[in-house]
Amino acid sequence: MAGAPAPAEQPAPPDDSPTLGGGSVGDRVYRTLTTAFAVAIPVLLAFITFEVVAAAWPALRRFGFGFLTSSAWDPQRELFGAAPMIYGTVVSSVLALILAAPLALGVAIFLSEFCPRWLRQPLSFLVDLLAAIPSVVYGLWGMFFLLPILREKVMPFLATTLGLARTPFFSGPAYGNSMLAAAVILAIMILPYISAVSREVLMAVPRSQREAALAMGATRWEMIRDAVVPYARTGILGGVILGLGRALGETMAVTMLIGNRHEISPSLFAPGYTLASVIANEFAEATNELHTSALMACGAVLLVVTLVVNGIARWLVWSVAREQKA
Amino acid sequence: MTVRAVSPRSLRRRRALNLVMSGLMGLAAVLATLPLILLLGHLLREGASSIDLAFFTRMPKPVGESGGGMANAIVGTLILVGIAGAIGLPVGIGAGLYLAEQRRARLATGVRFLSDVLNGLPSIVMGIFAWHFLVRPVGHFSALAGGVALGAMMIPLVTRATEEMVLTVPTSLREAALALGYPRWRTSVSIVLRTALPGIVTAALVAVARIAGETAPLLFTAFGNHYWSVALDQPIASLPHQIYTYAKSPYDDWHRLAWAAALVLIGLVLAISLVARFVTRSRHGGVGD
Repeated sequence: MAGAPAPAEQPAPPDDSPTLGGGSVGDRVYRTLTTAFAVAIPVLLAFITFEVVAAAWPALRRFGFGFLTSSAWDPQRELFGAAPMIYGTVVSSVLALILAAPLALGVAIFLSEFCPRWLRQPLSFLVDLLAAIPSVVYGLWGMFFLLPILREKVMPFLATTLGLARTPFFSGPAYGNSMLAAAVILAIMILPYISAVSREVLMAVPRSQREAALAMGATRWEMIRDAVVPYARTGILGGVILGLGRALGETMAVTMLIGNRHEISPSLFAPGYTLASVIANEFAEATNELHTSALMACGAVLLVVTLVVNGIARWLVWSVAREQKA
Repeated sequence: MTVRAVSPRSLRRRRALNLVMSGLMGLAAVLATLPLILLLGHLLREGASSIDLAFFTRMPKPVGESGGGMANAIVGTLILVGIAGAIGLPVGIGAGLYLAEQRRARLATGVRFLSDVLNGLPSIVMGIFAWHFLVRPVGHFSALAGGVALGAMMIPLVTRATEEMVLTVPTSLREAALALGYPRWRTSVSIVLRTALPGIVTAALVAVARIAGETAPLLFTAFGNHYWSVALDQPIASLPHQIYTYAKSPYDDWHRLAWAAALVLIGLVLAISLVARFVTRSRHGGVGD
């Protein structure tokens, strides 16, 4: 190797070199295989959408747009409308967000800004564990633990002690099974999702941002409010919308607590229905093809809504990640 | 940022606000963990007394007869998770490898996004999909349909986790293998994948823990079964579905069994989560942030 050639004179490896260009048979097989698995994901998503819409088609064709606005639900006369379920899904999810989002953000801020180092890991683990508990177990706990407390303590407190019974939102008898119960259990269930995303975005806020605020004489809280949270705003919003997506589609716990009634009532004490819970609750007793198809149509509406909500949420979270990389 | 005049008085007020807000954030942390503690406590109190050997080895008894177990549901859950893993793991790991290695390809960006969207789909929608695809055409419920629904849920979980784990493998390792004359595919399979394996095992465990507790996708696919069945083309029992059925029933004896089943299910999920936690931690060498 006397008189080694200058690097510039070295020929570039040919594109079909067995090790670098992906030209060998093994490489081609490997590449094709992994690409096929990757392509399987969009294909699966499209296939799921196709199957669900196909299952819903008879009902969608029969009722058209009216399916979304009608409150009729009469399997005997073959009349179906999803308005009460859409109402119930939106109200229970939004209410759950109102309950969970501030709390989740608080946890995330505590974990990223105030928490002593030794506590951070175990505490995050505990909060994340909330996400690991199966929905049906939440439902079981809700039925036998949460409902009695709501019925005997929380609902009388809201209605009588706070005098809210005069408003239409907290009126009527307190059975327990209600929109409120569904919202509370949903809030507990989506909290870990919102807090996990928020925590990650908050931790990704550059140190310089914090140091600058502190150097200006800000207190810790002022630093968080003026320098940290605004910086992470988009990502936190993404986390909240992600939580919304979870709440909209949550099935078992809601089915076990919401009371399952096809009625739109402004009172949070009244039972309701959601798109997911009507499918879970009525599928087994669906008497005719059209009834089944109407339930599937509820699923199709849910699918479209969650596709849009998740798309927006992911896009928000991503745009933050991209900004931070740039 | 707003500019504030600093007088000693307002400084005191600002410090007080700081203190109050710190307290509130701490309170939020306590409130958030409270449901978990209440739930686990209640579960232990109600369920622990009903768990004995019979719970794991006996079949459910009809209403009115006390005792009995959930052997069929436990085996059913294992079978369903097995089918789901057979679908979700190869596809997820393959797709994850692709995403990590072709990071900047346009296809990768699209797949990554759609995989996250798939992950956010409600589990009951997966049930509808599997019902229309596998149950309706043959006219009866089956373990296979349930497994497919769960497998579809597992794919995005495994994909994104595999990608993340493969990305943590240092480039130098890959380059060293290539420099030794390894073809790309062998580099990927025997060097990169092997290095990332503990992380991928963790991810697989987390995914299993998550789908093992799912009920909604099984309602009209696996359907549940009161009898012993391990046939893939027949309805099959599962722990989460059994909990749902028993919880809705008016019988105290069945409620008791539902609590016991919930405790077993949670125990399973927690054990898997803890093992997964341990695997990642020992790999990254201690508690990191």
